Amino acid sequence: MKARNPIGRPGAGLALAILMAAATALPARAQSLTDFEKKVTVKTLPNGWTFVICQRPEAPVFSFATHVNVGSVQEVDGITGIAHMFEHMAFKGTTTIGTTDYAAEKKALEKVDQAYDAYDAARRARMPDAAKVDAALKAFKDAQEEADKFIKKNEFGEIIDREGGVGLNAGTGADSTVYVYSLPSNKFELWAYLESERFIHPVFREFYKERDVVKEERRLRTESQPIGRLIEQFGLVAFAASPYHHPVVGYMSDLDSFTRADAEKFYQTYYVPSNMVTALVGDLKPAEVVPILEKYFGRAPKGNPPPIIRTVEPPQIAEKFIKIPDPAQPFYVEGYHKPAATSPDEPVYEAIVDVLTNGRTSRLYRSLVRDKQIAVAVQSLPSYPGNKFPNMFIVFAVPAPGHTNDESRDAIRAEIDRLKKEDITPEELAMVKTHAKASLIEGLNSNNGLADQLADYQTTFGDWRELFKAVDKIDRVTPADIRRISNAIFTDTNRTVAVVETATGPAAGGDSGR
Amino acid sequence: MRTRHVLTMMTLLALAASLPALGQVEDWKKIQYPPLNKMTIPEPQRTTLPNGMLVMLLEDHELPTVSAMMRIRAGARNIPADKTGLGDVFGDVLRTGGTKTRTGDQIDDFLEARGARIETDLGETAGTASSWCLKQDFPDVLKVFADILRNPVFAEDKIAIAKNQAGAGIARRNDNPLGIMFREFNKLVYGPGSPYARTPEFATLGAVTQADLVAYHKKYFHPNRIILGVVGDFDSKDMLAKIKAAFGDWPKGPEVKDETATFQSAPKPGIYYIQKDDMTQSDIIIGHLGIVKTNPDIFAVDVMNEAWGGGFSARLFSNVRSKKGLAYSVRGAVDSNYDYPGTFNTWMTTKTETTAAGIDALREEIENLSKSPLTDAEVQRAKESILNSFVFNYDSKEKILRQQMTYAYFGFPPDYLAQYRSRIEKVTTADVQRVAKKYVHDNQLAILVVGPTKGQDRPLSSFGTVVPVDITIPKPKAPGGGASKKSAP
Repeated sequence: MKARNPIGRPGAGLALAILMAAATALPARAQSLTDFEKKVTVKTLPNGWTFVICQRPEAPVFSFATHVNVGSVQEVDGITGIAHMFEHMAFKGTTTIGTTDYAAEKKALEKVDQAYDAYDAARRARMPDAAKVDAALKAFKDAQEEADKFIKKNEFGEIIDREGGVGLNAGTGADSTVYVYSLPSNKFELWAYLESERFIHPVFREFYKERDVVKEERRLRTESQPIGRLIEQFGLVAFAASPYHHPVVGYMSDLDSFTRADAEKFYQTYYVPSNMVTALVGDLKPAEVVPILEKYFGRAPKGNPPPIIRTVEPPQIAEKFIKIPDPAQPFYVEGYHKPAATSPDEPVYEAIVDVLTNGRTSRLYRSLVRDKQIAVAVQSLPSYPGNKFPNMFIVFAVPAPGHTNDESRDAIRAEIDRLKKEDITPEELAMVKTHAKASLIEGLNSNNGLADQLADYQTTFGDWRELFKAVDKIDRVTPADIRRISNAIFTDTNRTVAVVETATGPAAGGDSGR
Repeated sequence: MRTRHVLTMMTLLALAASLPALGQVEDWKKIQYPPLNKMTIPEPQRTTLPNGMLVMLLEDHELPTVSAMMRIRAGARNIPADKTGLGDVFGDVLRTGGTKTRTGDQIDDFLEARGARIETDLGETAGTASSWCLKQDFPDVLKVFADILRNPVFAEDKIAIAKNQAGAGIARRNDNPLGIMFREFNKLVYGPGSPYARTPEFATLGAVTQADLVAYHKKYFHPNRIILGVVGDFDSKDMLAKIKAAFGDWPKGPEVKDETATFQSAPKPGIYYIQKDDMTQSDIIIGHLGIVKTNPDIFAVDVMNEAWGGGFSARLFSNVRSKKGLAYSVRGAVDSNYDYPGTFNTWMTTKTETTAAGIDALREEIENLSKSPLTDAEVQRAKESILNSFVFNYDSKEKILRQQMTYAYFGFPPDYLAQYRSRIEKVTTADVQRVAKKYVHDNQLAILVVGPTKGQDRPLSSFGTVVPVDITIPKPKAPGGGASKKSAP
């Protein structure tokens, strides 16, 4: 139930580096693709819903990941945050789960909508009449209470809990929405029921209460900590036209405005089977599970293909810089525009990330952390905030006590310049390739990790095999590729810099403890 | 259309296969579960070397990798208060500081060239070391792993880096609201000087010397204080020989009396406040001391935790989040540790305008543990949740090995999990109601709030005399910032 914003998560600056390390891990790698293909079955139903089933009978359990090809990029101003809002709604049950009497509840929910619209009209009047607003608010609250009478609280999650489900969660990112949990494998059919029903017959009950919950999530992750504030500002400045511009969690004013009808419309448009991939990994036999998938997921109507995104970020022609004066310690991030992950050069960006910041031998670790001791952590990401559309290569640094953002900036730039001017060494290149292979193998060791990766690659590239092929592509990267790409993107006018600078004024909140 | 209740799963599947995609979906309650496939839970092979090191091996041939993990009978809780932070530095520099024959940088180069990892850490209750690599590299990685544990030199240049990083941890510790909340709550519950709550300061970190690290290693790092577990793609006989070659000639060390860390047992009840204005929320935590896992009531307590504060269907989530919309995060439990008490705590984050409403909501849920006790239905749901998900305790061999190491380290029996399961099955509603009264005391609560004052729905003083908590970070003594690189004598 979280916005998948890798740097927007709660956590101290230091913990962040560790989070980022996890986020940057190169695509998991495998033994040979030929061996692995024997364990994998792909089934696309006539309505377009694709399933990737991987047999891993280590224990009588399975994990799944449903990736929906939708995220905050599909939002426009006025409904920002609605992709994430629907993700929360997908836990609220269905026409048969979470209700004592759906027919009556449906009517009660319609009354809630009407009461909300009346309240909204009253509070947005040019000259709001306080008494009218209060009365409308009361009517809205009463309608909610009336609808609540038909609710079986959190029954959807309760069934999963009760039947032994673990890891029930979901996340919304800039260009994907992901739903996960794991169950004992004898409950596969129950899973098929629950997972199909939540997307075929969802009921948006408790919508406005949950909208309040999402506002709390925004306050928690974005507003109340310095890195959350920085990352939101970074996106707003770095992307002028691309829908990567606005925050995944949404603007507070939109969270305070969008309606159940808005969410319904968004769901109808984007939650169509052709936009959905579910990967299943564990103790499952395709001959047994495919008929069940057909039975339950085949019921979803085909729907229309979702609209495409038209706006493309225009070339950046001026360097951008923002500084947030803040009670917190300094923090540095810089980013450079680059193409979508489907670009043939994507492996080169991943190689650059590895050379710059992967591990204690990486160039920026050795320069900033080990030798100059001006930072305590430094990380980079090949694709931020998503990878399906042109995005950004980012580098960030956590300055050491008594050291400045400028020192980190200069040391980062020195290493970036070196990438432009000199070939990386054969040892470094070999290390990049070894890391990619080791990382792929390591990624195969858990059902849920593997399900997430298979669904991710199937959604992004149209073929889960890209998970393996990505490693072969990294294997073909040359020192010349790294110089070529470095010279292409690491330019002044392609850059956005955002920093937190410790304010010495009266705003200090953290250090004073008044 | 089909009379499903009389069909077994297999015939149903066969039928479904012959009649594709009928789409006749009925009530989920009628779905029948076939029995869960049987699984044999593998037991690690245990060997105690003549020098006292306990070795546990578990073969796992799925992937061509080997993981080693080690627990060393040590722990930051035994470090003197005026050296707080020594544990952080020790845990880092054991790994990075090199050995008698290899520099830290050489070790980094060696590992990264193989896509391998070795990491070390010193936690409150144990030292740990771990490695991961492809199986063909394990013989060489094991040599380096053993060298790091047996012959570390704690090079000064790496101490400086580790102190720089620990110093950043100090300087930045008030930038994260939830970090502040948990840190200061632990101080309230265990006492500010307790080993389980204290935090390093620039002065105590600065006092850590290379000699301290060497002495710490000399005192605690002996094979008779170590459990080594290895899991992966190997032959156990061959692996044992390799381990003997790497560790067999490490002489047994002297017996060290393990001091027990002490702490103040209960917080002073009341309302505590940390003003932090760069937030739009209040972070609220309420609680007191919890229990130890050896407590015979642990089973009923865990069921209570599941019913009250665990997961999507628990009381706290349903009432505070779903029903009232007051919070994104809301949790609560009587927490336990293996050999010292955890805390009873319940916490949430809510907008400034509902700070008092949030405190009221949490206190109401605490009071309701005795006023409207957990019902049969709630207890049953919680038990089913724990029991039906029990298979996930055994779903990877690495997990199984880790559990066995944990039980051996803390003196729990190897079949503890099986015992735990049968004890959970026997827990009754009456047990749960009894432990809720026994371990949750609504007259002993410390309430801690982190957040802005402006905008609060009701002054905190309406909950009692507000005790302000000072979280000012004492500045480093030496000018020039950071942990002083020169250690005090």
